Amino acid sequence: MYELLTGPLLWLVFAISFGGLLVRVVLYFKGLSQQLDRVAYRPHLSYGLKGAFNSIISWLNPVGARAWRIRPGFTLIFFAFHIGLLLTPILLTAHNVMLQENLGFSLPQLPACIADILSWTVIVAGLFMVLRRIAFPEVRILTTAYDYLLLVITVAPFVTGLIARYQGGDYQFWLLAHIITGEIWLLCLPFTKLSHCVLFFCSRAQLGMDYGIKRGGMKGSTFSW
Amino acid sequence: MPQGKLCNRQPIKTDEQLKLTLADKSGIQYYAEMEELDVDTDLLWSTIQKTMKSRTKTWLEICAHCGMCAESCFLYQVNDRIPEQVPSYKIQSTLGHIVKKKGKVSNEFMRHCMEVAWSQCTCCNRCGMYCPHGIDMGVMFSYLRGLLYSQGFVPWELKIGSGMHRVYRAQMDVTTEDWVETCEWMAEETEEEWPGLTIPVDKQDADIMYTCNAREPKHYPEDLAEAAILFHVAGVNWTVPSEGWEQTSLSMFAGDWECCKDNVNHVYSAIERLNPARVTGTECGHAHRATVIEGPYWAGRPDGLPPKPYIHYVEWLAEALREGKLKIDPAKRIKEPVTLQDSCNYVRNQGLKDVTREIISYIVEPGYFVEMAPNKEHNYCCGGGGGFNGIGRFREQRNVALRKKMDQILDTGCKLVIAPCHNCWDAIRDLEEEYEIGIRWSFLKPLIIGMLDIPEGMRVEW
Ligand code: SF4
Ligand code: SF4
Ligand code: SF4
Repeated sequence: MYELLTGPLLWLVFAISFGGLLVRVVLYFKGLSQQLDRVAYRPHLSYGLKGAFNSIISWLNPVGARAWRIRPGFTLIFFAFHIGLLLTPILLTAHNVMLQENLGFSLPQLPACIADILSWTVIVAGLFMVLRRIAFPEVRILTTAYDYLLLVITVAPFVTGLIARYQGGDYQFWLLAHIITGEIWLLCLPFTKLSHCVLFFCSRAQLGMDYGIKRGGMKGSTFSW
Repeated sequence: MPQGKLCNRQPIKTDEQLKLTLADKSGIQYYAEMEELDVDTDLLWSTIQKTMKSRTKTWLEICAHCGMCAESCFLYQVNDRIPEQVPSYKIQSTLGHIVKKKGKVSNEFMRHCMEVAWSQCTCCNRCGMYCPHGIDMGVMFSYLRGLLYSQGFVPWELKIGSGMHRVYRAQMDVTTEDWVETCEWMAEETEEEWPGLTIPVDKQDADIMYTCNAREPKHYPEDLAEAAILFHVAGVNWTVPSEGWEQTSLSMFAGDWECCKDNVNHVYSAIERLNPARVTGTECGHAHRATVIEGPYWAGRPDGLPPKPYIHYVEWLAEALREGKLKIDPAKRIKEPVTLQDSCNYVRNQGLKDVTREIISYIVEPGYFVEMAPNKEHNYCCGGGGGFNGIGRFREQRNVALRKKMDQILDTGCKLVIAPCHNCWDAIRDLEEEYEIGIRWSFLKPLIIGMLDIPEGMRVEW
């Protein structure tokens, strides 16, 4: 079971996940229409790229966009969640051992205690995101069961991973659960709203181009993001 | 099945139909017919499939439901922060639902969408700046309006408005003759005080071609006279076209894209016919957005630009002041607290925030200019944008919307508001009428004329 899940199946999952995400990016850009979007993407490419870059950078920076600055609490939770989500799986020692075995190389590794902290951060921040959805009417009205499901799918590998790591209960069981939840998560990336992991960049780039070209960029105005 | 006599899927194309619709006071019959209007669900879905591109699709899909956009919307703020006014909710529960249902929605739902599209969003594009994903509800509501218009679910005034544009190529029934006569009349009147002043119509190869808002010749022709005075004093070789002088677009507010294209092509053909070095429009935000920012795309111009450099009035004015073509008498500068309304349509949509402040630096005594908070591209809509001002059915909601601007103005402590945008000007006028906070408001033209340092003999003193 373990061999299957971490062997051929894992590669299949990777192929579907990353291939799917790539397709989404390609489809996004192919589906843009200069006339319908009312942005002359090509003729003013340099303005557009500048705007796109500006927009992406400002939003990856927790103090870059005004929206981040005016809500420090949310910003903190949000960034903690995403940083943990991104760094832990890539830099975890156990994952890198697998990488080493399979591909013969590995990435820099996190000390175990930092990986633990990051995992806990994801779980706690995820919890806050749930509480926020329940507590604030302006978020509650937007929230659907689908939003909760995605949160569960996203946090599940971290929960199972931590249980396995602390040897809580049957290690084999939790390890398998961890692998399976992780693979489910990967599979969901291209097919659900989680695709925002790449489409965020597309959308931001697109709006950045819009601003960079006709909404001020060509008049020399850089918006505050 | 039935399509109404007044309320239907056909745009108003004839003078007769226009008069018929106008005669229906407050659209009583029109709205009654709307309740019976069938939704052509197949057409709706095929339109969506043809026009909804990856940007909008992606936005609808990846919205994280995080609510970050809530506070950014002034309508959410002034409506007691009810969750129904959260931008994302407004679009997901209308456009989002139509897409989910593949266009199979009821008449009642379409009427609900109409109400949301025209009374809960002014397409001010502010929320887009506060969404981590860059989801711009203003853009999506414009799109939704187009879908609603094509199905006949559009407020009565805007159906008429776009009909006016179709029949007269102006937002009001100003014909070419009316327009040219107004120019002649204004030139004659103004020339008494400003010897040598003319309003040249259809002059070839001028430095500036001037276009305006049909409300000016129709209701306050003095605005045209003021523009003429400033061009005259600045010594500009200018002209107005006899056709293609109207740059506003109620059709843009209505979602009548075909009409938008026709209008803007009309202006562009005037540019091509008269071949001016540059074009400038009047102090209007949405007219500028229609003709200069969005228009090139409607017209299918690949570079996204009008045929000649086309600047907003504030850009021309700042330039004339900067270059000393217009001189301000320092003694006449504004010496009372004064504030400035940033028009979404050229600040958030074209970045023209610094030129307006440059103008302020020439005409206001240092220390008297008070910024609204927030300002520039973060400023709030005046409350009357996107057609809101003109729709009788949503008057109450509009009046509530004005409160944000009212508070912003009250917070500055100023009694004078400069509003270089027709819509904003109207909204601020209405807000004074509604809430009586004791303010005055002005376009730039009359203010500047009152402060000019005029060369000897240029003006006849009485
Ligand atoms: S801020 Fe953007 S992602 Fe968040 S709810 Fe609003 S539209 Fe959706
Ligand atoms: S475009 Fe303006 S009015 Fe419309 S939802 Fe966004 S902030 Fe509100
Ligand atoms: S009327 Fe003025 S402030 Fe209001 S939306 Fe239009 S440009 Fe913006």
